[in-house]
Amino acid sequence: MPPVSSPGDNGWTPDQPLVRLMDVRKSFGELEVLKGVSMDVAKGEAVCIIGPSGSGKSTLIRCINALVPIDSGTIRVEGQEVNDPELDKLTLRRKVGMVFQQYNLFPHRTALQNVMMAPIHVLKQDKKEVEARARALMAKVRLSGKENAYPGELSGGQQQRVAIARALAMRPDVMLFDEVTAALDPETVKEVLVTIRELAEEGMTCILVTHEMGFAREVADHVYFTDAGLIVEHGPPASFFSDPRDPRTREFLGQIL
Amino acid sequence: MAMDAISHWFLELYETTGINLTIVYDAYDRKRFLSGLGMTVYLSVVCILISIAIGMVGAWAQGSPLRVVRGLVNGFVVVFRNTPPLVQIFFFYFGLGQILPRIEDADGMRVPILTNVQWAIVSLSLFAGAFNVEIFRSGIEAVPRTTTEAAQALGYTRFGIYRHVLLPLAVRICLPALNNNLVNLLKTTTLAYAIAVPETLYVSKQIWTDSQNVPVMMIVLLCVYTALVGILVFIMHRWEKALAIPGYGQGGAR
Ligand SMILES: Nc1ncnc2c1ncn2[C@@H]1O[C@H](COP(=O)(O)OP(=O)(O)OP(=O)(O)O)[C@@H](O)[C@H]1O
Ligand SMILES: [Mg+2]
Repeated sequence: MPPVSSPGDNGWTPDQPLVRLMDVRKSFGELEVLKGVSMDVAKGEAVCIIGPSGSGKSTLIRCINALVPIDSGTIRVEGQEVNDPELDKLTLRRKVGMVFQQYNLFPHRTALQNVMMAPIHVLKQDKKEVEARARALMAKVRLSGKENAYPGELSGGQQQRVAIARALAMRPDVMLFDEVTAALDPETVKEVLVTIRELAEEGMTCILVTHEMGFAREVADHVYFTDAGLIVEHGPPASFFSDPRDPRTREFLGQIL
Repeated sequence: MAMDAISHWFLELYETTGINLTIVYDAYDRKRFLSGLGMTVYLSVVCILISIAIGMVGAWAQGSPLRVVRGLVNGFVVVFRNTPPLVQIFFFYFGLGQILPRIEDADGMRVPILTNVQWAIVSLSLFAGAFNVEIFRSGIEAVPRTTTEAAQALGYTRFGIYRHVLLPLAVRICLPALNNNLVNLLKTTTLAYAIAVPETLYVSKQIWTDSQNVPVMMIVLLCVYTALVGILVFIMHRWEKALAIPGYGQGGAR
């Protein structure tokens, strides 16, 4: 294996996996949550991770932007080692957008300000230019007219779309979605899924943890099934859903579908 | 003319009823009293601002990854919260003030580094600041961890998160507690009396000694502090209203 040189000069090219996990392990105290997970996500791919509660899906996805430090193994985003202690987390996090189950908007800022904050504060970009981009993103997630609403004045689905726009404002190369529709009522789930679907179709690299099997089947290029900290089975959705091989996958799909 | 008329009326009041408000009809007492009032307002405003700054910085330092820093802040809070403010003032003025070297002033006189007014400001600000650290910390702890996480995921540094997310939310959460502490601070400025800072209580004592109108001055004092605290509470409520977020906390219950 070639030695990894300094970040930014790591020889990564777009034909290599954009996100690469190799034998990633993570324990919380005694509890081993990830027991050697490997995964490659190519640029422009949409990947869905499904699996029972507590199987480590959230932990896995949160490792990718270093919200959770890993114990061993490697994670690379565009060739850059995520757990390199030398790595400036900002260089990683500006490439990796994340959307959470509970939206996690900043309640003291309007929807538009939520979208504008990080590019201005973190990337030090020009306010006018950021505002124009933020307004365009609000339109993209179909929230034109809600720019000046505070999060507390928006529905769950609207808040989640603001959260997506907020992550996109950083112009990430990959987006992580952790059960972003799980807290929504059935009618609003669709509006959020439509937004994510459009993103995936535009070629945004997406890694999604989801319980929406229909969505995974339609949108994903690749589906991973996790159980007890391991990837039990993975494959393109057509074969994964119609012909699961592992008995644990079968049992899980049998319960859910 | 108008002033003369008022003075005359109060002089008459004294002669007919014995209610001796020298601070109204006597120019010298009036001036003394107003300057004392000015000193109280000055002490209060300066100490409020410094103590809020101490609270904000202290609460930030309490989240430091360095144990030494956290330990220092906690030590500071414990000492200033668990000791009487009058003892603190004496400690600074008589204790520290004695130990510290003297400096030469413009006239070549050797004077203490800080005046009694400055020591009062230091002491009272630290006293209220220690409580403010705890108050801001409780506000910060009430901000959901997930909100902080969202900011982390956007690339914010620890300081960026504190400044743009935690602090603005914490201030809103802890305003009622902050309000109480600042009211307490304003009232505690009377302790500066003990090191001869010419604030309202101190000048009032001079006035009642000279004019033998103790009961009247007592009532004046009660009225003055009631009004001062009333003004502070009014300002704090305006601030609270200005900070209210539509659809969030109290702002949501409009
Ligand atoms: N910060 C933490 N400290 C301790 N234990 C944790 C922590 N985060 C997660 N865990 C534990 O790790 C295990 C996996 O959690 P994780 O959130 O990754 O599961 P999940 O697959 O996302 O589940 P769900 O579908 O319910 O969201 C759980 O048993 C959880 O209790
Ligand atoms: Mg989860």
